[in-house]
Order: sequence, then C-alpha cells, then structure tokens
Amino acid sequence: MLAYILRRVLYAIPILIGVNLITFALFFIVNTPNDMARMHLGVKRVTPEAIEKWKQERGYDRPLLWNEKSAGVKRLTDTIFFEKSMKLFAFDFGPAEDRRDIGEEIGARMGPSLALAMPVFLVGLAVNITFALMMAFFRATYLDFWGVVLCVAMMSISTLFYIIGGQYVAAKLWNLVPISGYDGGLDAGRFVILPVLIGVVSGIGSGSRWYRTIFLEEMGRDYVRTARAKGLAESVVLFRHVLKNAMIPILTGAVVVIPLLFMGSLLTESFFGIPGLGSYTIDAIQAQDFAVVRSMVFIGSVLYIAGLLLTDLSYTLVDPRIRFD
Amino acid sequence: MRIVLILLLFLSGCGEVWNDPYPASERGKNVLYGFFVERPKHLDPVQSYTTDESQFIRQVLEPPLQYHYLKRPYELVPLTAVEVPKPREVDGGKFTVYEIRIRPGIRYQPHPAFVAENQNLPAQRVEALHSPYELPLGTRELVSDDYIYQIKRLAHPRLHSPILGLMSEYIVGMGDFSKRMKEVDKDRAKWLDLREHALEGVERVDRYTYRVKLNGRYPQFVYWLAMPFFTPVPWEAERFFEQPGMAKKNFTLDWWPIGTGPYMLSENNPNARMVLERNPNFRGEPYPSEGEPEDVAAGLLADAGKTMPFIDRVVFSREKESVPLWNKFLQGYYDVAGIGSDQFDQAVRVSIEGAAEPTDEMVKKGITLSTLVSATIYYFGFNMKDPVVGGSSERARKLRQAISIAVDMEEYLSIFENGRGVVAHSPIPPGIFGRRTGEEGVNPLTHAWRDGREQRRPIEEARKLLAEAGYPAGRDPKTGAPLLLYFDTTARGPGDKSRLDWWRKQLAKLSIQLEVRQTDWNRFQEKIRTGTQQLYGLGWAADYPDAENFLFLLHGPQARADGAGANSSNYVNPKYDALFEKMKNMPNSPERQRVIDAMVDMARHDAPWIFGFHPKEFSLRHSWVANAKPNDMAGNTTKYRRIDIPRREAARREWNRPVIWPVALILLAVLASAIPAVLGYRRRERMAARPA
Repeated sequence: MLAYILRRVLYAIPILIGVNLITFALFFIVNTPNDMARMHLGVKRVTPEAIEKWKQERGYDRPLLWNEKSAGVKRLTDTIFFEKSMKLFAFDFGPAEDRRDIGEEIGARMGPSLALAMPVFLVGLAVNITFALMMAFFRATYLDFWGVVLCVAMMSISTLFYIIGGQYVAAKLWNLVPISGYDGGLDAGRFVILPVLIGVVSGIGSGSRWYRTIFLEEMGRDYVRTARAKGLAESVVLFRHVLKNAMIPILTGAVVVIPLLFMGSLLTESFFGIPGLGSYTIDAIQAQDFAVVRSMVFIGSVLYIAGLLLTDLSYTLVDPRIRFD
Repeated sequence: MRIVLILLLFLSGCGEVWNDPYPASERGKNVLYGFFVERPKHLDPVQSYTTDESQFIRQVLEPPLQYHYLKRPYELVPLTAVEVPKPREVDGGKFTVYEIRIRPGIRYQPHPAFVAENQNLPAQRVEALHSPYELPLGTRELVSDDYIYQIKRLAHPRLHSPILGLMSEYIVGMGDFSKRMKEVDKDRAKWLDLREHALEGVERVDRYTYRVKLNGRYPQFVYWLAMPFFTPVPWEAERFFEQPGMAKKNFTLDWWPIGTGPYMLSENNPNARMVLERNPNFRGEPYPSEGEPEDVAAGLLADAGKTMPFIDRVVFSREKESVPLWNKFLQGYYDVAGIGSDQFDQAVRVSIEGAAEPTDEMVKKGITLSTLVSATIYYFGFNMKDPVVGGSSERARKLRQAISIAVDMEEYLSIFENGRGVVAHSPIPPGIFGRRTGEEGVNPLTHAWRDGREQRRPIEEARKLLAEAGYPAGRDPKTGAPLLLYFDTTARGPGDKSRLDWWRKQLAKLSIQLEVRQTDWNRFQEKIRTGTQQLYGLGWAADYPDAENFLFLLHGPQARADGAGANSSNYVNPKYDALFEKMKNMPNSPERQRVIDAMVDMARHDAPWIFGFHPKEFSLRHSWVANAKPNDMAGNTTKYRRIDIPRREAARREWNRPVIWPVALILLAVLASAIPAVLGYRRRERMAARPA
C-alpha cells in the first residue's frame, strides 16, 4: 500500500509541472508582464518608468522560459517560469501582486469556503442518494416517472436562477435569512443556510439521476435476484445489498471532490458575499494577478490528485477484493 | 422536521428580524452601513488613486486642505492648515513657494507605532498578532515634519506614486531626490529612513510650518494639497510596519493607514468588510454654516456649527453583485446606494420634461434621490495620426465634423444611460470654471440654439460636410466603395451588442460602414499607446475642479503615441498648445475665460473628439440619513453625515417581518407528497409473490 502511495506521489510531480507550464502559457498568451503592470498601476498617470519598476520588483523583467543572456543552467532558472513556479512545490506562494501574502489569504478564506461547501456536499449526497433510492425502489411506477421528470426539470434550470430566485424569495420576500454576508464562528450558520439549501436543491436533479442509474444497474444483477429469491424485503435488498455494492461508483464521484471543497464555489460565494477561495480566484483572474492564479491552480491540482488517490484508497474499504499490494 | 424546527428556533433567536446581516450587538448603535464592490488595492496615500479606496482613506487621512462640503462651485478651505496657502513668486517668477501652516494641537489616532517598545517586536509576537491594534497604543501631535516625510515618500524607491512624474516636473529637486533614493536603497531588508535625506524643494520652517518650492508657476498645485498624496505620514508608522514578519501578516502601511482624521480603520478585511471607528483623539470640527441658497430648505444647514463627526462607526461590507446589494438597500441594511441599470426603472421615474424623480415605491419608503453631473467626461476620439480620420487637412477635418453631427449623443444617453448624462459640448464639465452655459456653451458645429434650447444639427448638414470632405454619399470616389472606418472598443459582452449596433447605425446615416474591433483592455491600451486605433472611446474623471485638468487631454506635448501622456487622440495644434501653456498658469478671471473659449473653439473646429457626455450620478438615501449632499471632489464626506437611529430601527422592523407560513406550507406539501410513497412502500412490502 505504501509503495503504491509513494508511486502515485512521484507520478504527481511531472503532472504538477505540466499543469504549471500550461497555466503559465495560457496566462502569458493573454497577458504580457506589461499588461499586468498597467492593470495594477491603474490607468491614470502611468509612466513607462513606473511599469519597468513594477516588473523589476516582481521579477517580471526576466524572459518567460529561456534566458539567452545567461549561461549554463541559469538559462533555465533565471526565467519568470522557474522563479515563480518552483517555489510552489515547497508551498511557498509568496505575495500577491498587491503584496498581500497569499498563504495568509488562503488560510483566512479556507474556513468560509468549507463552511459553505462541506454542508452542501454532505447534505447533498444524503439527499441525492435518498431520492435516487426512492426512485429506484418505485421504478417503473408513476412515482419514478414523475421523479425523473422533476430531476430533468431541476437540471434544466440555471444555478444563477436558483441563487437569485432563492435570495429573492427566502431573504427578500419572506425575510427569513440575510440576503448576503458572512460572519465567523456560530454566526456563520445564518449566512450559509440559504446558500447551502440552494446548493443542495440545485444539485438534486443531476445527482439523483446519476445515482438512480447506478442503483438500477445494480438491481439487475444476480445477487439481487438471489436476495429477493431468499425472500428478503425490498427495503433490505435495497439498503443492505444494492447500496453497499453501488458504493464504488458513488465513491468515485464523491471522494474525488472532497479535497476540492477547499477551493470554494465561484458563483455562490460571489452572490452571497462569502469571502472564500472561490471568490478569491475570480478576483485574481479579473485583476490579472498571476501570483494568485498560479497558486490557486497549483493547489487545485494538488487537491485533485489527492482526491484521486483517496478515491483509489477508499475502494479498499468498500470492496475487499481490491488490494494495492 | 426536527431539524427545521431547530433552524427556525435558531433564526428566531436573532430577534424581531431574522434577515439582519449585522450582529445583534450593533442594533440601535450609531453606525453607518455602506458597501464596496472592488477590493481596495492601495490604502497608502502615496499610491491610492481610486474612488473605491478614497471612501476609506479620506476619512482617516487629513491633507492640509479640503473642499467646502456645501458650496458650489467647489471651493478649497483649510482642513489641518490654518489657511489656504497663497503662492509667492521668487526669482522673478522662476519659482513659486507655498508656505503651509498647520494648526497646533492636532493628534494622531491611537496607534502602536507611537509606542517605543512596539518598534522592536520579537518575531513570535508579530506572528501571534491578528491586528496591529492588539498592541499597546499611543499617539503624538501632528507636526510639519510628517507632511514633509510624506512628500519625500512620493519618490520612495519601493513605492509607486502615480504623481511622481508630474511632481518631479514641479517640486524643486524631486527628480534628483528620486534618483538619489534609488541609489541609496541597496538593502531592501532595511527600513529606508527618508528623514536622513534632504529634498531641496521642501523646507521645514518650524514645528507647524513647511514650505514647498515649485519650478515656475503651477496654480493647480493648491488642489493637490487637498488630495491624499499630501497627507501626513509619521515616520514611526513606516518604521513600525517595516519590522520583520509584518508584511507576511499583511500588516503594512498600504493596508493600515494612519491619520489624524475623524475615523480610524479598525478592521481591515478587504474580502468581506472594512470598519472605521471614531478616532478618540480627533479634535472635532464644526459643521459648515454656509452653503448654497437651496441648502437651507433641504435641511443641510440644520447642524451648522455642531461638532463633527456625528457617526461613531462605519461598516463597509463587500457586495460584488448588484442584485443582493439593491435588495439589502431596500430592506434598510444599507443607508445609501447608487442605482444600477437593472434597478433604474424600479427606482426612478423620468417625467415628460426629463426630470428624474423617485418612483412611488421609493417615495413610500421615504427614499430620496440625489443627482449630480459628475466632473467627468466620456468622449469618443479620432486618432489624429490615422491617415483616414486624422491629420489637419480640410478633408479629414470635415469628415470628423460630419461624424460628430451624425453621432446622436442625446439618443445614446436616452437609450443606454437612462438619461443619466448631459451632452458634452467641450471637454469641460459643468461646475468648473471655463465652461459656458446656455447658448454660449453650445458647440455650433454639432448643435444650433433654437427656441431657447440646443438642438442637434440635421443629418443633411453632416452629409454636406461629408461630400465636401470628398466622400459624396459616403463613398470613396477613387474606389467607389463605401468609406470603411474602424471603432476600437473593449465592449465585448452580450449586453454590448445593441450599443455597438447603435454605433454602426449612426455612421450608416452617412452611408459610412463601421467595423467594430472588439478587444480586451490590454490590447486596447496597446493600440492607444502605439497610435494604431482609428475611432475609440475613453473617459476622464477630474483630479481637481480646474479646466486645465480637462484641456490637457488635447495638449500636443502629451500625445499618447509620442510618449506617455493622456492625449489619446494625439491631437497637435501649436496654437492650442500655446494657449494651454498660458491658460494653465492663470488665475480664474475673465481673461482666462477668454483663453479657454479660444481653446474650446479650436477643439470644436478641429473635432479630434466627438464630445460625448458628462455622466449624471444618481444616488439614493433613506429618510434617516441626514446631511447628504453629493460632492464630486470631497472624499471626506462621512463626517458630515448623521443617522436617525430610532427611525432606522423602526423601518427595518417594519420592512423585515419574517413570513413563516410559506415555510410551513412547503413542509406540509413535502409531507403530503411523501404519502403516496409511504403507501406504495407498504403495498409493495405486503405484496405476495406473483405467479410465474
């Protein structure tokens, strides 16, 4: 098992370098260091000297990938890519272009992101599985039919509609919760109730349909027929046998997103004024803050790789046949 | 069900209203609630240059001068200075000296930088801090050295002041000082103590007086003395924040401004909220006793002579989206708000005469509408370096003039700006000396004065000009093809399509084809910088209320493609430039007006711009907000505001009563919908095996 984990970690290194390279290329195809400087210095009274100074201070006065003027290995290391990307592997994110420390920002924003994303994930998973099991239980009845219709309808509605509609109805019309905002500690509860509810409801359509398909596939297998032949109640068949065996595809989808919960939700955080990592990323893209963008992409890649590893490891928990030794 | 009941109980614990986004402990307190959309980038007065940032720092920092809150046209009055300094010419006008005397006894806000032991903090202590205000706090008196220190900071090699280039032209020795500091600042890990280095043009006279010596004349310098660039910065603060570990905790002078103003920034979370607290060391300042005649009727002089500030705390919440912002304003959780395009029809009704009034819904809530024509211009320029539309030839000039008539800015304002703007006839906005009003103010090239009002000239006149320019019926006689022009714009969103179609339609009136070149902001800037655009749109907001700050946008030596000036049209007219040099050093007088008139006439005749419009800002405020008068120049307006707390509390209670019955109904519906499922489940469980 340890050897397997080590091998996967080693595989991750070239992947992360590749992701960094792609992020770097994409960012600098659109933005030159001069553009970044202008964006940060504003549009009024910006002199060419100020732009040069800004670039020099942040190391953007070097060549992007290959330094002809240097010699030896410095041709590779004395470049923007090497200088900006290698420190990420030590999780040293440095300062953002506005000089605020990225590590400090991430630390402060992780809590609000998790306060929103974790309940959406857990409650959403529970609701989707329950609803999907119910549809599977009543398969080929009008309950199943209308359940699927409802799912398709819910899938067809834009997340933005759920957000604006939810805010209008629950917070503006019925005055039940604050429209937007955030506070730390227990007070966070009243700010995340609505976005969590909206997150769960907006995910029911696609989630339930996916799980329903998984359950129906399992229900057609021989062991289910055997269980029924033994005279087991349908609920026992469903919960004790089908659910357990459907866990592998469920885990594939679910465990991989757990680490990514740290990354926050881009849209929901913006609309509900939750100062999480999702809105941090959006702000950075809009402000052409390469330091933050590359850090967030790097963290996202690391978490995704970690998620995939966790998914593989979780298989051993639900399926005794799977071993990595 | 149990969870829902717990949730309802949890919410009911929030008090009479459940949707209050602020802590219950703040209820009934003297707090003003505002918002901000963009994260502030800089709060250091050397670098800060945007309106978003000024709403924070201008309440904290105090330059020597400020704008009178009520009087119009805008008038400079002393803030920390004893009087508005008068320029004194020396060496026969070779230099000008401003002597600024500040009032004794002004004290800084409580700050850890003024406690000696805080200047050498161990790394662990810094690491454990959540706010610099957790440390012991001290204060000291404001002295002239603090102003001098800040002027030197404009040339600090580790900072980026947008006005360093401009001030290097005027403040004697500033350019040399900047170069010297770059050489001195070798070790970036060490604090650079600017007190050890003299700046020739800035002199300490005594504890409360300093002099600034300028090259030649620069009457506009006095306006800069009302801007954050010239606020005092105590050296102790800079040294305090330079300690190791501070920057890592985001404790920098760029994020924690220090000042003598009525408020101090006590909470700095640019991601969520910024909080200003009343500065306990503030000396107090009387509310103005004079204003415009209509200010008395508007109740704006009711607090005359009373000591400011009136509000104890200001909470700014970050609101990135306009929909929640608007709804929270309607719920009474923001005291003031602007009006987005999406909310315009809900908030404002425009009468047949064109007057804007709040809608019945707003009136019912006691919401008041204020409007202000901003000291800003949005213009559409021709690149004078372009071979087709540029140059000083008769052909190109008439082509530009024809297009200026054809582009119907009145229609543009009506369709795309909800009438929120005034058609521009020159670069100078209303309220600024040099702008003519009435018939005298009309651009005779594009408009005529008929029946006591301006009217755009008919399109036939534009067609005639176009034919005279050598493009009869909009066609190039050499090729016979329609004249094709290019409009460079950053408008790329789906909502911009109608705007761009409108532009095509305006030129189609002259049978000219317009190709829109949509691009991102960086590429657009690149085109402007290299002078490869043809038609383009830009804007300019005043730094100070002087015609020079607008007319310089057409000053030849500041042509953008030849350097880094603000003349994006690259307009060069030696006569205009000579008049500009003369005008900029003149005091406001009939003679200066004549010079400005001549310059405006030249700009109209040469038509390097289609003089777009001056935007009209609409703002709404609740009935409990007093002393709110829009002021485009003064950023330090919070101290004038007053809140009627009981009125706000009553309105919030009335407008935000929780409505619970729909929740109960939804729960019942969910339960009812579960009944068929339960019945079906039972039926299935009891079902006997069917025969094969």
